[in-house]
Amino acid sequence: MPLHWEDFTAGNVACYGPRTITREEILAFAAEFDPQPMHADEEAARATMLGGLVASGWHTCALLMRIIADGFVLASASMGSPGVEEVRWLKPVRPGASLTVHSTVLEVRPSAKRPGMGFIRFRHEMLDQAEDCVITLVSSMMIARRGFTPASAMASGRGR
Amino acid sequence: MKYFEDIAVGERSSLGQHTFTAGEIKSFAAQFDPQSFHVDEAAAVVSPYGALIASGWHTIALWMRHAMHYRNAEDEARRARGEPLAELGPSPGFRDLQWLKPVYVGDTIAFASEVVGTRPSKSRPKWGLVFSRNTGTNQKGDLVISFIGSALVERRAPG
Repeated sequence: MPLHWEDFTAGNVACYGPRTITREEILAFAAEFDPQPMHADEEAARATMLGGLVASGWHTCALLMRIIADGFVLASASMGSPGVEEVRWLKPVRPGASLTVHSTVLEVRPSAKRPGMGFIRFRHEMLDQAEDCVITLVSSMMIARRGFTPASAMASGRGR
Repeated sequence: MKYFEDIAVGERSSLGQHTFTAGEIKSFAAQFDPQSFHVDEAAAVVSPYGALIASGWHTIALWMRHAMHYRNAEDEARRARGEPLAELGPSPGFRDLQWLKPVYVGDTIAFASEVVGTRPSKSRPKWGLVFSRNTGTNQKGDLVISFIGSALVERRAPG
């Protein structure tokens, strides 16, 4: 039985991970999506403001997604997400960092348009092995309510 | 990169476009966002979206790729003219990211950026902050992604 909207309560906190990020992963992501010296070139990174190779912030976001996907999203009736209210990149993520995500449910609300679904608003905080917060991300997920599949929930508002 | 002082609110840049293939959608999602509607065509048919769609993180990563290639081409042109280049620093974050429409296999997304605000950094005199509204629009003219990005850009005359 996947997790539905009713299974989440405001104030709940859960921890997921850890996941280690490697030098090779940082370089590969940067080469494809964010080829700035601080992310894509170890030698050139030393001369930048951050003084060495760090992961692209977009890589950090994607890794946070993977950690929560393995943590609970894949086990839920997820319908995706409408967006992200805010991301703060607080501390550089360097090769070898071990990352965990603390997810707090800020709010649960039903959808006004589709009775089969609801929204869950989270604050996700990713911590490194020093327990320093490297990124905070505030975002809502769309999720089916009990008695609905993701597809029937999406269709539940039509024709009314 | 232009210096902070040379960047004006309202400047708009077309960054290029990208056509999404099934292979790259599944490959990105397998690594970072393996929800069924991003990785499995058969499962996607019975999902809320009716077909395979790109992870929103994939779409925004491709916005970044196009923004960086655009900037690198501009820097090459400046270098060729013998002009000095300003440094682009790390970004403190972004806000108001909206995934407005799904991106399906074969969709062509045109990426753009428009400067919406500038201010000197209070804590770092070498840098100024530039805020941009960054977008992706599909072949039908529908906005599929929008966010307000921020960047640190080197000042010509540190405050």
